[in-house]
Amino acid sequence: MKIDALGDSALIINLADEISDSSRLLARVLSAAEKIEGAKLPGVVDVTSSYESVAVFFNPPQIEPQIEDKIRALIASAGVRVSGKKRRVEIPVCYDEEFALDLDRVANQTSLTPDAIVALHSSAEYTVVCIGFMPGFPFLAGLPQQLRVPRLESPRTKVSAGSVAIANAQAGVYPLESPGGWNVLGRTPLQLFRVNESPPMLLRPGDCVRFRKITRDEFQAYER
Amino acid sequence: MIEVISAGFQTTVQDCGRIGLRKFGITPGGALDPISLRLANLLVRNLEWTAGLECVSGRLRLRFHDERLMAWSGGEFEIRVGGNLVPILHCARVSIDADVEILPQRGGRAWLAISGGINVPEILGSRATDLRAHFGGWEGRALRDGDELPLGMESESCARVRDEIPDHVSDWSAPRFIGPGKILRIIRGKNWDDDIGAKLLAQKFRVAMNSDRMGLRLEGEEIAPASRRELVSEAVTPGTIQLPPSGAPVVLLQGCQTIGGYPKIAHVITVDLGYAAQLQPLHEVRFQLIELGEARELLREREREIALFRAGLEARFG
Repeated sequence: MKIDALGDSALIINLADEISDSSRLLARVLSAAEKIEGAKLPGVVDVTSSYESVAVFFNPPQIEPQIEDKIRALIASAGVRVSGKKRRVEIPVCYDEEFALDLDRVANQTSLTPDAIVALHSSAEYTVVCIGFMPGFPFLAGLPQQLRVPRLESPRTKVSAGSVAIANAQAGVYPLESPGGWNVLGRTPLQLFRVNESPPMLLRPGDCVRFRKITRDEFQAYER
Repeated sequence: MIEVISAGFQTTVQDCGRIGLRKFGITPGGALDPISLRLANLLVRNLEWTAGLECVSGRLRLRFHDERLMAWSGGEFEIRVGGNLVPILHCARVSIDADVEILPQRGGRAWLAISGGINVPEILGSRATDLRAHFGGWEGRALRDGDELPLGMESESCARVRDEIPDHVSDWSAPRFIGPGKILRIIRGKNWDDDIGAKLLAQKFRVAMNSDRMGLRLEGEEIAPASRRELVSEAVTPGTIQLPPSGAPVVLLQGCQTIGGYPKIAHVITVDLGYAAQLQPLHEVRFQLIELGEARELLREREREIALFRAGLEARFG
């Protein structure tokens, strides 16, 4: 367990030194986050988790001086949650040229054909590690090794809503138009974030996700 | 009700943001300088997190159709009620059908509080506009000419406040926190190293044109990242200074994403985020390194001063 300050009003606790297996590490991280959230420590306003770490946000004037020790003890006692039945969600993706802004470049970088990239991307099984970056954006683990390419050198100022993208070992979907630095392979017609629905998110951490290739016509049928 | 006669450049409804929803990817957002909004709210006897307006450079004209109190804080603006100047952090009476004009001088951003607050629907626990996700505030967008903003109920003590403002503007004011100029104080981030730190502290950066409510993109002498090793994405927070491979640092502001993958080399301290919110494209900025304990002490001190002001108002107006 390694604790670092995340600015003056948060701590970030990395648990990667405990477990090397990534799915067990995710279970460990999720159980640690749940434990801290459940403890309702004074001054703590938010708790989040990602691949290897838990972040705890607080109002410094309201916290106890020993908050770091308390968090350490809570995480130590959290154990590894045994995951229950996973929800399975299928996400349709159109990989047509119009949407696949970076497919050719990823093909060059990986020495794979665009068809092979699509086949690999849509045959893998992914796990939602966390929702973050923007409302409803799923960070997915499970990207095939052959598809690992770095983020863009400089992020795009505009990536369209529904863009399905990869970066390093990660896969994701942009629920809304936004700036972004990931490699875009296609687009889904599904809305991952709908503010007026309850819950507003299509996905949640721990969900199992697959991408299914659809044609341009099918994409348009969804949009209607 | 407030009628927007002229909407300005990017005027939005903001409060102190959405709390506790980062795990759904929802940014806290809210006013880029929450302390300014809180002080303005206190002056008009609102709860501190009541929704007000965030004004950015651009002329803004509002017509009040109710009698209200109004106060503002933030950058260098000339704000008039019915032609009368309202100094920063004072409380002004606005009569029915009076116009409020907001003219940026050297500009930046200003936060306007109105007694009763802007009564737009609360979405996911807040009235703040999330411009990136297009929800909250007024129809999830910046104001436009002709918008009509509903107001909430004033607190009871507003009547007593009015009685003590014989002319247009109060003779009392809220404390004004003056920043250290175009210097932002920082603490080390988890990916800090002394080479990167030395380059960050040694130069003046220029704020790039494509900066926004998410972050200030800085231009200067490129800072080479310590290694090309990519990091897994994890939590970021307002104030975080990320260093993308381009070597140009980005200072995240209140509207930032919840998770990022670039190295976190440093963090602007919370009490200086309000000054960061005043920086505009082409402005120059420097960084000064302090220790974590000092940053937290400055924040405690700031909250103490706000609490003292709050107590003073309560003693006077109940």
